[in-house]
Amino acid sequence: MNEQKNLEGFEKIINADKKVEPRDWMPEDYRKHLIRQISQHGHSEIIGMQPEGNWITRAPSLRAKLILLAKVQDEAGHGLYLYSATETLGISREELVEQLQTGKAKYSTIFNYPAVTWADMGTIGWLVDGAAIVNQISLQRTSYGPYSRAMIRICKEESFHQRQGYEIMTHMARGTAEQREMAQDALNRWWWPSLMMFGPHDSNSPNTGKAIRWKIKRDSNDDLRQRFIDKTAKQADVIGLTIPDPKLQWNDERGHYDFGEIDWAEFDRVVKGDGPCNKQRIAHHLKAHKDGAWVREAASVYAAKRAKKAA
Amino acid sequence: MTKQEALFKYTLRLGDNSLILGHRLSEWSSYAPILEEDLALTNIALDLIGRAQALLKYAAEIESKARTEDDLVFKRAERQFLNVLLLEQPNGDFAMTIARQIFNSAFELLLFEELSKSKDEMLASLATKCLKEVKYHWRHAYDWLQRLGDGTDESHARMQKAINDLWMFTGELFEIDEVETILINDAIVIDTRELHDKWLTKISDAIKTATLTHPAEGYMQTGGRIGIHTENLGFILAEMQYLPRAYPDAKW
Repeated sequence: MNEQKNLEGFEKIINADKKVEPRDWMPEDYRKHLIRQISQHGHSEIIGMQPEGNWITRAPSLRAKLILLAKVQDEAGHGLYLYSATETLGISREELVEQLQTGKAKYSTIFNYPAVTWADMGTIGWLVDGAAIVNQISLQRTSYGPYSRAMIRICKEESFHQRQGYEIMTHMARGTAEQREMAQDALNRWWWPSLMMFGPHDSNSPNTGKAIRWKIKRDSNDDLRQRFIDKTAKQADVIGLTIPDPKLQWNDERGHYDFGEIDWAEFDRVVKGDGPCNKQRIAHHLKAHKDGAWVREAASVYAAKRAKKAA
Repeated sequence: MTKQEALFKYTLRLGDNSLILGHRLSEWSSYAPILEEDLALTNIALDLIGRAQALLKYAAEIESKARTEDDLVFKRAERQFLNVLLLEQPNGDFAMTIARQIFNSAFELLLFEELSKSKDEMLASLATKCLKEVKYHWRHAYDWLQRLGDGTDESHARMQKAINDLWMFTGELFEIDEVETILINDAIVIDTRELHDKWLTKISDAIKTATLTHPAEGYMQTGGRIGIHTENLGFILAEMQYLPRAYPDAKW
């Protein structure tokens, strides 16, 4: 009886387009879905630091170095922010980190691709952050209050990331022949994986139904993907780079770009752990975590000593 | 040596110190013991590289040979870098990084306080700006020195080893040569030797409160300020300079 009343109250909030807050009653599935989605988002920020962090010491100008360093720092901040939002759902940071390290929780498949040249810093900003923004703008309207507020804050910084990525691409596309080649090569490698960031087709997305009904997700995977392609295709044109999809073409009737089929076998393979960097990313995270164990232990022992002295 | 040459070299040394330490700290990105510390170390690295950019831009202006700050960073060879040896030492474990931070930030705290009164307006204003940042760097290092020194047996041992190992590089911070002598006369810089006692008191107090033992006095290494480095610098430069060296015509 009580359960029924709770559910009605919850649905009333959802239907009125109001935000669900941590203190509100929520169905267990809603909570689980949010923990999975927000933590996956947080883990993506954290693992996403690796491919870019790998270029900080090699950035080709002081300006580029400062921007990249600030960007990777933003990602750490976003990760922290999203972990905190997840903690409001009754799970600890330690549990979240453990889920990441044991493979129980996922992160975006895009970060399982290697950042092999400096142009990849351009494509990661332009395409990867560009795709993330499309998703995050939509999520600003998500029904869970802490997640929605995190998205509003994060979107502001992401649009700066996307611009700096596009700026790198612009410089390179207009630079020497070698730079142009490097830029086109990076676009060739990152285009399809960035389309995969939006997840499977709607017809094949097991989590979409409830998530849309509960307004956790506000737009479908395919709609978001289309929005990203429409925006990005024009940007590629402006700087004279070619998107590696022979079927990409403006469709006047639809008012959208048509595009070729994504290699879903590759997507599945990378999700399941056989991307070029899956093992490396988790090994890196584990190593940092393990190497830092004595530091965390010292900090907590010191804090306990201080508390005892103060008492 | 003219006054202009002395000022160029002095500013270059300061700029190189910031650059190389900023580089080292940026290596911690995604490797810190805890996420909050990843943010903190990157913050300090950003301060330092930002400071290097301002100082090296000023150095290039003083030199007046149409070099830019990027030329100074990416197109000089090992023997032309003038940072002190302490700052190019590897990050090691977290204790080693904290030891390097505490020695250097205690020194910078005293140095920039004095430099903010410099007769050279540019150096004075840069020093004033840095001072705010360095206060945070010092606080950060001091707090960690306490936690690690007075934490577990393991952290205590690691912290003790780190200050012992890096102690031989601290003497170089206080050296002066013809460059400083010329500028001291014009009240542009102060005699860094005069900062040593204050520095020692500050460091000794911090070490003592952290339940650690003061490192034994011994021979002090030197050479960085005249471009004779440890083997570490070559690797830093190989990494840092690779793109502009490999594509000399490219603009990024």
